[in-house]
Amino acid sequence: MNSSQEPIPQLFKSALSGERRSLGKLLTIIERGGETADTVAGLAHQKAGSAHVVGVTGAPGSGKSTLTGRLIDLFSKTGYKTAVLAVDPSSPLTGGAILGDRIRMDDLAGEDCFIRSMATRGHSGGLALAVPAAIQIFDAVGYNPVIIETVGVGQVEVDVAGTADTTVVVVTPGMGDAVQANKAGLLEVADIFVVNKADRPGANDARRDLELMLDLGHVSGLEEKTGYRPPIIMANSLEGTGSEETLKAIKGHAEHLKKSGSIKIRQKQRILMEIQNRIEILIGSNAKEVLETDLGIANIEAVLNRVISPAEAAKLIVNSILND
Amino acid sequence: MRNRQYRVILAKLGLDGHDRGIKVVARILRDAGMEVIYLGLRQTTGSIVAAAEEEDADAIGLSMHNAGHLTLGPKMTDALQEAGLDIPLVIGGIVPDEDVEELINSGVAAVLGPGASAEEVVSTVSAAISARDQA
Amino acid sequence: MGTEESSNLNPKETWQLKFEKAKLRDIPFETMSGVPVEPVYGEDLFPGQYPYTRGIYPSMYRSRLWTMRMFAGFGTAEDTNMRFKELLRNGGTGLSTAFDMPTLMGRDSDSEWSLGEVGRAGVAIDTLSDMEDLFADIDLSKVSTSMTINGPAATLLAMYVAIAEKNSVSPDQLAGTIQNDILKEYQAQKEYIYPPRPSMRIVTDMVKYTTAEMPKWHPISISGYHIREAGSTAAQELAFTLANGFAYVEAAIAAGQNVDEFGRRLSFFFNSHSDFFEEIGKFRAARRIWARWMKERYGATDERAMFCRFHTQTAGVSLTAQQPEINIARVGIQALAAALGGTQSLHTDSFDEALALPSEEAARIALRTQQIVAHETGVTNVADPLGGAPYVEWMTDEMERQAEAIFAHLEDIGNGSILEGTFAGIENGYFVGEIADAAYRFEREVNAGRRIIVGVNDFTEGDNPEDRNLLRIGAETEEYQLKRLQDVKSKRNQSQVDAALMVVTEVASDATRNLMPAIIDAVKTYATEEEIAGAMETVFGTYVERAIV
Repeated sequence: MNSSQEPIPQLFKSALSGERRSLGKLLTIIERGGETADTVAGLAHQKAGSAHVVGVTGAPGSGKSTLTGRLIDLFSKTGYKTAVLAVDPSSPLTGGAILGDRIRMDDLAGEDCFIRSMATRGHSGGLALAVPAAIQIFDAVGYNPVIIETVGVGQVEVDVAGTADTTVVVVTPGMGDAVQANKAGLLEVADIFVVNKADRPGANDARRDLELMLDLGHVSGLEEKTGYRPPIIMANSLEGTGSEETLKAIKGHAEHLKKSGSIKIRQKQRILMEIQNRIEILIGSNAKEVLETDLGIANIEAVLNRVISPAEAAKLIVNSILND
Repeated sequence: MRNRQYRVILAKLGLDGHDRGIKVVARILRDAGMEVIYLGLRQTTGSIVAAAEEEDADAIGLSMHNAGHLTLGPKMTDALQEAGLDIPLVIGGIVPDEDVEELINSGVAAVLGPGASAEEVVSTVSAAISARDQA
Repeated sequence: MGTEESSNLNPKETWQLKFEKAKLRDIPFETMSGVPVEPVYGEDLFPGQYPYTRGIYPSMYRSRLWTMRMFAGFGTAEDTNMRFKELLRNGGTGLSTAFDMPTLMGRDSDSEWSLGEVGRAGVAIDTLSDMEDLFADIDLSKVSTSMTINGPAATLLAMYVAIAEKNSVSPDQLAGTIQNDILKEYQAQKEYIYPPRPSMRIVTDMVKYTTAEMPKWHPISISGYHIREAGSTAAQELAFTLANGFAYVEAAIAAGQNVDEFGRRLSFFFNSHSDFFEEIGKFRAARRIWARWMKERYGATDERAMFCRFHTQTAGVSLTAQQPEINIARVGIQALAAALGGTQSLHTDSFDEALALPSEEAARIALRTQQIVAHETGVTNVADPLGGAPYVEWMTDEMERQAEAIFAHLEDIGNGSILEGTFAGIENGYFVGEIADAAYRFEREVNAGRRIIVGVNDFTEGDNPEDRNLLRIGAETEEYQLKRLQDVKSKRNQSQVDAALMVVTEVASDATRNLMPAIIDAVKTYATEEEIAGAMETVFGTYVERAIV
């Protein structure tokens, strides 16, 4: 495998010095998972901690890539180097994926940003491990902000979007997007709403729908206590209107997180989530092995003889592992 | 069986807008279990190199229909070499048989002619990647 | 001129009256064996009668054969000029120009984008000087010229007007067509410069200009050809094309144009593919749908504004690189379908097009192929000879039904407007998605062997790759063109150029003014195509497509 021949510390070092190809390879290692991935994530963790993580999510065709492109442009004008992780669904049948719609920035010099596409399947450990680790690497090598772009349709994608510091939910008028977003649980995680294609009929209806839902209290519990109401921005990302306001809103939200202390809570929550995921995966991936030990065999026997139930057997095994 | 998920970049280099074939190829590779990063129309060698680095691509596929392959093919392999990227380049589209040798000599890994079947597309791309892996 | 259905005459008598007024070609209208045949068969509907399913003229090919319009263009303007003269000498009756990719995209030959593409797939035009060479020694008041260009169409039309003026030919004497169908660029061919809305404004300006100044010119050729080549089905080709036509009509009406005045100068361009009866049904349905919509929805009263006049080209995408000589048979069948479908002009593809640009020999065979259809088969004796056949009528109805379903969808996403629905469909990827789906479905069928393509997935013996004589265009064309451009730039008056470009930008930013006069003035200063495009891009912006698979 040619792409992992170089030793990890060396790859990491050249990625730190701005070598894009090494960063690209590190991200591949992360995606493949396993021990090597954990090593990379560990190295990254030591250096990370300063990037603001922005989630941008919305239905296919909502214009979120164009909006992300505009944001990168605006960030780079104020001296920020943006990294983008674009998460796209894989085919459930073949595991293959078409990761289209890489943001086009013909006017930007490539140095200002780094874009990586990631498919939802095909990494051991899944997105739940790969995304946080990728964020850490971007952060560690100096990208700030890190934008995570997802198609806001499935639970996994919503979870990913929800782990950002600031989550931007993009909706379009006329297709009942706001209602759909509510159903998908996106409203719960949104810190900023962008009504894209605001020149279209129905844009004001979409805005009204969102206001109404906010009035009814569909806001993230954390912010409610500290008096933050997600702004609704009317935008047309093809023409560029609304992107400056979105940028301002992101900065405003970051400011709010800092002032209210919520940023610490969010970071802690994210770490908690990641450890929890890792525990689940660790226990899950060891389950089969445990069943082949004496402890496992004895409990299987007991279930077969109807002495204990499968649920009781599982609890007994987990408890005895944890008590070791 | 290959031991990892192949990541392939597909792009149209230059002004040529014939994208029927490359879109079909994108779906063929996806259905063969690969991850395809389709960059779309009007790409430059620079944008393709940048994407190849960032995406850590295993292969790059370009489609050409405007008889510009003898200029643009070598231009792309030069750009890859200059960037120090050892990634196989596969060219498809309208390429006359007698131009294939010249393209291969300029560093193109394989050429897919008009009418290539889905199996040929998949096996050509896979073979180009595993040849590079073993090199 | 009304539809003349007022009197008590029955359809046949009405048709008879019109037919008798038509001037006929001086040949015997009988079979090869000497059996005389009627100009049309059937009782209910006749050619030249609304909704024109059976043809737009009462006497069809008995009066005039279709125009045999062969697309030509390669290398430098001088090379193409020689090919033009050759085609005219060979009995071709119209000139058709193919431009190279940089020209089509509004880029000059010296742009970094143009490297390797100058003069490759068509002729390279940078300045008026190239256009002067392209039409040198050709009397523009005598030929009908078709220019296949869209994004920078206004600039090329301006150049044509300017060289005519230099030769004392006034705009009203110029006959021809400019493709100028920008909507299908976003849907299929992808040769756009500016975003859709400003592009529509340029199209509308050109419609206004030609309506006022160039009565013999067709300002838009609404083209399904490229939609089909990109992989659509026959019904999608039909529906997307006619919907684009409706969109132009809605835009022109909104700009205050009279539907009868510009409507009669719209023309269409369809693909003729290999499924014989599907194609014939498509052509017949196109005429019927267009006439109905123009009359009933857009209020046209002049029947010429209801005519779906169309050019046809055989399906380039159907040509195979394997055993290329068998493409001659494919082209023959497709040309026959176009004739039976009642086309007004026809381009037949050269058999070597799946391999390279057409060689002179292959182009000659292609022209000969349609001459055989026109002069030997006898199909031109009788108008709509297949009309009334149950299968053909069913297919015509089926094409119409599928097209109407697509129109309904576009109206839905456009809140009642086809124009807005078309913009919305471009923006949300509807058109490109539908086309890509259809293309993939077809490829899968071929791949699975459920659909046989002779020479590709069956009957493959006999391919002989050594035995090919392909047209090659060397790098010298590019070098020569770059030198020419350099030369023109050094000789022109730069301050005149700058001033003229400034005016173009100024007019672009004022939607109430027409861009055409400003662009004509700019080309006369030898401003380049890219400079003029740039002058408008500052106002209009540049379009970048989302990469949808």
